[in-house]
Amino acid sequence: MELNTDLIFRFITQIFTYFVLLILIAILIFLVMGSLPAIKAFGLHFIVSTDWNPISKQFGGLPTIVGTLTTSIIALLIGVPISFGIALFLTELSPTWLKHPLRIAMELLAGIPSIIYGMWGLFVFAPAFGSHVQPWLSQHLGKLPILGVFFQGPPLGIGVLTAGIILSIMIIPFMAAVMRDVFAIVPDMLKESAYALGATTWDVERSIVLPYAKIGVMGSIMLGLGRAFGETMAVAFVVGNTHILSASLLMPGNTIASALANEFTEANGELYSASLIELGLVLFLITSALLFFSKLLLKKLAKYEAK
Amino acid sequence: MRFLEIIMKINKLFFASVLLLAANIYASPIESITGAGASFPYPLYAKWAEMYQAKTGMKLNYQAIGSGGGMKQIQAKTVDFGASDKPLSAEELKQNGLIQFPTIIGGITPIVNLANIKPGQLKLTGPVLAGIYLGKIKKWNDPAISALNSNITLPEQDITVVHRSDSSGTSFLFTYYLSQVNPAWKAQVGFDAAVAWPVGVGGKGNSGVASYVQRIPGGIGYVEFAYAHQNQLVYTQLRNKAGTFILPLMKTFSAAAANADWQHTEKFYLLLTDMPGKNSWPITGASFVLMQANQEQATHGKAVLQFFDWAYRYGAQAARDLYYVELPAQAITLIKKSWAKEIKWN
Repeated sequence: MELNTDLIFRFITQIFTYFVLLILIAILIFLVMGSLPAIKAFGLHFIVSTDWNPISKQFGGLPTIVGTLTTSIIALLIGVPISFGIALFLTELSPTWLKHPLRIAMELLAGIPSIIYGMWGLFVFAPAFGSHVQPWLSQHLGKLPILGVFFQGPPLGIGVLTAGIILSIMIIPFMAAVMRDVFAIVPDMLKESAYALGATTWDVERSIVLPYAKIGVMGSIMLGLGRAFGETMAVAFVVGNTHILSASLLMPGNTIASALANEFTEANGELYSASLIELGLVLFLITSALLFFSKLLLKKLAKYEAK
Repeated sequence: MRFLEIIMKINKLFFASVLLLAANIYASPIESITGAGASFPYPLYAKWAEMYQAKTGMKLNYQAIGSGGGMKQIQAKTVDFGASDKPLSAEELKQNGLIQFPTIIGGITPIVNLANIKPGQLKLTGPVLAGIYLGKIKKWNDPAISALNSNITLPEQDITVVHRSDSSGTSFLFTYYLSQVNPAWKAQVGFDAAVAWPVGVGGKGNSGVASYVQRIPGGIGYVEFAYAHQNQLVYTQLRNKAGTFILPLMKTFSAAAANADWQHTEKFYLLLTDMPGKNSWPITGASFVLMQANQEQATHGKAVLQFFDWAYRYGAQAARDLYYVELPAQAITLIKKSWAKEIKWN
């Protein structure tokens, strides 16, 4: 009998694809099973509690959850405008001879292992930041009403803000590269027509390129946010690793990924390990929710545009 | 048909070789012993292993995965011995069918980052250290600190507390000592390999704590003495139980170990912190080895004991070269007695 190679090929690739799904489900099951003791012991209180006491076996995830969100949001606030600017410069303004070296530099930056960023952050960035920038921040911004609480405290160099800045440096190459690619596929005809009508570069960028490349830009932001959520080693170096929740961005904090890296190996006792695994589950859910909402948003946008 | 024959041949060959390999493994005496656990004694165990292998050909494969990991691994019987800086109580040992014995002694020292202060210059006491780590003493010129250091002018600088972010035997000894000397610490925080630190920043490992202290002016932390010494960190003096201010030195660790009551301590559950004697360094501790009390593979268990027996006899100099201190002779005699008494061979 002739073998139907097409059928076999299809079958094999299908298996590969299902395998991914299987692993995803297996991870979810593992996380839920592993965190069951903690879920039973603390229930929903886990995500709002600030306790983290291995002796009295009281665990709560609020400081790490808040830390994960805060550092990632800081990273986006700094990273998105800069990435946008880089992509804009590379596609519209840069002289041709400079484009190639700049692209290579960006790719190199993206390829640096995260632990290097952590070491650089701790040994080079944090001391400089702590002795030059943080005193200024706490002296000037720390006195402001309302906003002031975010900028009070001793200039340690390390802390939530430092972690956010290091994260932003790490995600910029990724976001900028994706944005550059999506800006590049905007048809020249559209842009040139706008220029012909007397639009400035900024006009073209805002009214032609950005609407055209919206989905891609959203995608790049999600990519950056996803990386910021899960980044472990670089954050563990500079975030300060404390389970004490403080309002100030200059004070040390913690993130889920960093807490796991720090504490998992020597967590003794069922409840301690289970609480750490539950933190992992929370991170998994946050990332899934992020993906879900960004897809939803894009769908809404597409619908709106179709009208 | 041809195809099938080839497959069969390959199969036969494969099984034959596997059988041969298996036979080899079981026939010959073991060539290596495996251990896992505490990172504190790792440099020394590695050194001992190298010396021991050169002499006997027996290899030691030790993985420094941390005290907690060592306990898990020996309970799961995946290693021949586990190592931990935190001893198990007699009850815990019994529950898990384990025995333990100390191997080596080391000290933990506070380190500080203050302008113009040299190693060994600043004087602290246990209760002051507890006050700092509780967040009650906030400035370096606090009367509690200046009273101990009348010869130094201390700055009006914020104290930044640095502790371990991972769970560790070093933290266990440090918090145990603070609990011993300060009731408020005992009531509010307690002692364990990881605790709910009231204030401060967490660094991973000795290196993490040391680098934070060095980065932050006004910082204070605690590390193993070997680490502080090798990296020229600014360690402090501490007042011991006898009331003398003392430097962290190998002879003061030795003194603490010599002043401990090895004879009357059940299952070597012995913490060498806050020992009597005017030369005793107050935060001294031993590192422990855990083994199954019921040895299913006698060859492995015996090889482990032979290794440590050799280390007790000939390993002291290597230990001192790495800033550890050997056990007192009386302790070693007791350990060997306990081996004979507590381990069952099958």
